[in-house]
Amino acid sequence: MTTTATANESLAFDSAGHTQFLASSGEPQWLTDMRATAWSQFEQLDWPSRKEEDWMRSDLRAFKLDKYSLINPTTGTLADHDIPERLAEGVQPAGVLKTLDGQVIEESLDESLAAKGVLFGDLSRIAASSPEIVQRYLGTVVDSSQDRFAALHAATWRGGHILYVPAGVCIENPLRVAAGLTNGGTDSGHTLIVLEAGAEATFLYEANSAAADDKGLHLGGVEIIVKPGAHLRYVNLQDWGRGVWHFAHQRATIDRDATIQWTVAAIGSRFSQVSQKVSLIGEGAESQVNGVLFTQDKQQLTYNTLQNHAAPHCRSDFLYKAALQDKSRTVWRGMIGVDPGAQKTDGYQRNDNLLLSNQARADSIPGLEILADDVRCTHGSTSGKVDEELIFYAQSRGFTRKEAVRMIVTGFFQQIFDRITIESVREALGQSIARQVREYQ
Amino acid sequence: MSHVLKIENLHVSVEGKPILRGVNLEMHHGQTHALMGPNGSGKSTLGLVIAGHPGYEVTDGSITLDGEDVLEMEADGRARAGIFMAFQRPVSVPGVKMADFLRHAATNVRRPDRKEGEELIAMREFRKELKDKMTQLKMDPEFARRYVNDGFSGGEMKRAEILQLAMLQPKFAILDETDSGLDADAVRLASASIAEIGHNKMGLLIITHHDKLLEHNPPEFTHVMLGGRIVETGGVELAQELHSQGYERIRAAHPDAVRANQEMLDDSAEPAAV
Repeated sequence: MTTTATANESLAFDSAGHTQFLASSGEPQWLTDMRATAWSQFEQLDWPSRKEEDWMRSDLRAFKLDKYSLINPTTGTLADHDIPERLAEGVQPAGVLKTLDGQVIEESLDESLAAKGVLFGDLSRIAASSPEIVQRYLGTVVDSSQDRFAALHAATWRGGHILYVPAGVCIENPLRVAAGLTNGGTDSGHTLIVLEAGAEATFLYEANSAAADDKGLHLGGVEIIVKPGAHLRYVNLQDWGRGVWHFAHQRATIDRDATIQWTVAAIGSRFSQVSQKVSLIGEGAESQVNGVLFTQDKQQLTYNTLQNHAAPHCRSDFLYKAALQDKSRTVWRGMIGVDPGAQKTDGYQRNDNLLLSNQARADSIPGLEILADDVRCTHGSTSGKVDEELIFYAQSRGFTRKEAVRMIVTGFFQQIFDRITIESVREALGQSIARQVREYQ
Repeated sequence: MSHVLKIENLHVSVEGKPILRGVNLEMHHGQTHALMGPNGSGKSTLGLVIAGHPGYEVTDGSITLDGEDVLEMEADGRARAGIFMAFQRPVSVPGVKMADFLRHAATNVRRPDRKEGEELIAMREFRKELKDKMTQLKMDPEFARRYVNDGFSGGEMKRAEILQLAMLQPKFAILDETDSGLDADAVRLASASIAEIGHNKMGLLIITHHDKLLEHNPPEFTHVMLGGRIVETGGVELAQELHSQGYERIRAAHPDAVRANQEMLDDSAEPAAV
């Protein structure tokens, strides 16, 4: 295990700050050039406006970038800052990487896997040591010019991490990344996962703040490339403090006969705007996307999702479930996009919302855009309150009202838990949800 | 100690419309009572009101259990005090396994003072007990792993309710048409199961249209409900008479109750929204 804790001075999100960041990063020139290009995109673009469909229900007026720093000079371990790790229990990881305020503070990888050519660790470090791999893939999945947040992320990401699995290598145990954020800090971690043909891996990512009401900023990017016949299970647990602004572009491309099981659990943040896309680019590719959202207070979580069928005979399965408390709000706008020629597509999407208060609001907007003529696409969505008859039934068996609601909420999510094949993840998510349910009248 | 469930002059309304119009009923622990009557006479309502359904307004009268005011208790308090109702159409609880549901329920009912978050009955001993009970009731062990009532057939639902009765061992149980929708063999099995679990071990109030469920559970008392009141009470022979000859004689003897019953049926037949 190596520890690379370096204290940096605080830098602002402005051109002086960015210039100094590039000068001090020690990254290869091609990467510095990429960042510089992205920075100029950032400078040219405006913040997204509510005229754009993805942002129509998003209010950014209270978001002020200058409240945050490009670099926070935070030191110590996650434990030093009381930042929890929820996916650690019951897991024998093949490798672990931890970040604190966007700084890699710990990384490790099984030697036997390193010997097989597996790369796992600090993306900046590996960009320098294995440039041929990182340069080939970095920035090829998420387009930095698509909006101002994507550009800002591409220009300023820190605490990035890569998993590269050579052809035919199957990694039994999960790789685990834990990102921690201190109050008011910035996390701009970038995830790059590449599975070469026939490779297999499980990747667990979690994001945590120290305290439930901590503030901060997350500028995220996830790029996943699954080559022919490869299989990836990817879990992303977001439990930032409820003062954190969370912006992320997450995209996976899945090639011929490859599969991805992508599980999202979003509990934290004040405001979340995530663009999540899966492109099935080779015949016979399959995706299963699962989402668990649990909101409270005045949280707003927005997910714009796309299941893009770019090749024939692909299957995409999508299920998001959200439970909402207090005055919280979720927005899901989901699209199944079938390209011309993607015949025999089998696409499914579903979103169920459970409203636990009269003030909560769930917007659910499924959509289909089909440019092929021999496909099967189905979608559905439901939103409703907890059924009083269910509460009465449980109460008539001795459950208190609160116990009844908690049980019903847990049961509501069970359909997704049933799909999660990793027991430790199931348990961690179950506990995270049970912790959130409050007194409900 | 003999427990007593006492219902006195119970008046109940839904949205201002009277449904129960002065029900009196006294049950002792160990007794079996049959509650019969035509559709819409208020039988299920009486059961739901005893169990504490929040949709009913008690406008007059009282329900007490060993002198304690039952109407003051929430539904879960009543369950913990020893009242159980087997529902005619139990709701399904998706995602919650029967075993987990029952373990939590049994813990709360057996330890009425348990606080939220305190430990449940130990998993191992509970599983054994559940398995034994399911064997006794001739139920497939797979049942315990299924979600509560989710996708159950009519017969499975009724047996699941009987299983809950067996696990919770209440002082008083109301069985609301636990025979409806079952074929003859299934009714016989239900009847025998109820007898094995409950006969003489608790107070049973059996709501039924038929005498089959009473085969193994001969009632000491048979009550006939009409128009929201108990208009006649007799012994086991009354149940037999109603089953073989219907309600002709009762209707003729209680024209005012017939009118009340008709009003209630007319009300409930009206469209819900105008």
